[in-house]
Amino acid sequence: MTKEEIFTKVVEIVRPFVKSKEALDSVDENTNILQDLKVNSARLVDIILDFEDAFDIEVEDEDADAVNTIGDAVRLIGAKVS
Amino acid sequence: MSESGRVVVTGMGVVTPNANGTAAFSRALREGVSGIRHIPLLAELKFGCQVAGVPQGIDEIAERYFAADELRAMNSSHRFGSIAAIDAWTDAGYDRPDHDDDSALDWDVGAILGTGIGGLDTTGEKLVPLVDAGRVRRLGSTIVEQVMGSGVSARIAGLLALGNQVTSNSSACSTGTEAIIEGYYRIRSGRAKRMLCGGTEGASQYIWGGFDSMRVLSRKYNDEPEKASRPMSATAGGFVPGSGAGVLHLESLESAQGRGARIHAEILGGAINCGGHRSGGSMTAPNPQGVQRCIRQAIEDAGIEPGEIDAISGHLTATGADPREVSSWEQALHCSPETLPPITSTKSMIGHGLGAAGAMESVACILMLAGGFVHSSLNCEDVHPEIEAYADSIPHTAREMPDLKTIIKAGFGFGDVNTCAIFRRWDN
Repeated sequence: MTKEEIFTKVVEIVRPFVKSKEALDSVDENTNILQDLKVNSARLVDIILDFEDAFDIEVEDEDADAVNTIGDAVRLIGAKVS
Repeated sequence: MSESGRVVVTGMGVVTPNANGTAAFSRALREGVSGIRHIPLLAELKFGCQVAGVPQGIDEIAERYFAADELRAMNSSHRFGSIAAIDAWTDAGYDRPDHDDDSALDWDVGAILGTGIGGLDTTGEKLVPLVDAGRVRRLGSTIVEQVMGSGVSARIAGLLALGNQVTSNSSACSTGTEAIIEGYYRIRSGRAKRMLCGGTEGASQYIWGGFDSMRVLSRKYNDEPEKASRPMSATAGGFVPGSGAGVLHLESLESAQGRGARIHAEILGGAINCGGHRSGGSMTAPNPQGVQRCIRQAIEDAGIEPGEIDAISGHLTATGADPREVSSWEQALHCSPETLPPITSTKSMIGHGLGAAGAMESVACILMLAGGFVHSSLNCEDVHPEIEAYADSIPHTAREMPDLKTIIKAGFGFGDVNTCAIFRRWDN
């Protein structure tokens, strides 16, 4: 799976939780999930669970805590699936 | 105290097994449409009762009403209750705040919206299986808000930006009526200008299983679902489990008139009590003294005479308690069997909506006031022998009553709890 494919899939998983839909139009690796996309912080655990299901991986709590940006998620998932 | 102490209904929303929305519900009530259906899952699970009342077409409405992230955290009682609350809100003339509008808070508007049983569908389908499998971390963030007692009112507070008291009451099958009376008290005492009040109950085998095991559910009409809910009938054999939601938008008369709102009805009075499991009362049976006292107190609170009551919307579930209830109405209203006002059971069409029952049935009361009719009580052509003397008061087809002005609604619940509310037609 290429980095671009992972990126696209990550954005699709995050999309339903996003309060600021216009921020999605300019989403890139530096986009902060909580601050830029205005995702409710409680829902981060659901996003991580959706990553696990979509990519068939397991994400440790410490790794999950380090996910702040879309790029963080893409790198974490990339390392797990390779 | 609010200025006049008067509280009116300026909005209504309803989701029931025989109709969604007040216009469709009013038609269904007038036509005597049963919303009871055979539920294959209950047959598969070997329930004695294999019929139930479940609102239809809800997923489609929910997808229009709610965002994807909201839907993930909304079980059936949340969906029913939130749809009814939004409908009551817009019926009252208010626009729904935008999903991401952070500015629209109103400190004078609250919600009291309860359930009898709560989020047992979430508990049975997700919480217990995942915890027992050692997979707690897979529960995610949406479980607590679906199983916490106040879950549904909390959801509605966010959907509609409410800033006054937001809470969920619970008094078993009395919950919906109790919420309406509590909201009426709160506005009357000047602590809120507007309150969304009512009840909601989900549709789930986990909610109904305990009742089935108690053998209080209908089990002889599994092949004829529309005949299964038989309040006041000689052949009644238990209640049919129902689900859905009803919400009233209550408002002080000053607020309603100040903004030129259309008024559906006035809440004249209400009362809440408990029979204390004494004098024949128990966890599951009402103390008739408590029932009669509750009805009398509501009439006193309304400042009217019993003779002013034009119609009765009973609790009337289709268990052995129906004859005692009818007799309690006669005694509380100081009338004779021949002069008992028309008495009807909405449960004959939609089943027993538990915590939502009193709220859905209160909506029915106000629709009957507006439409000038008393709906039929289905499936009791064979009136129970103990209440034969009252037979003329039971409508088997909708009874047109253009002068219908005042209707009384009671709800009783496990725990020997009672509620009674009185609604009066409002001529705008």
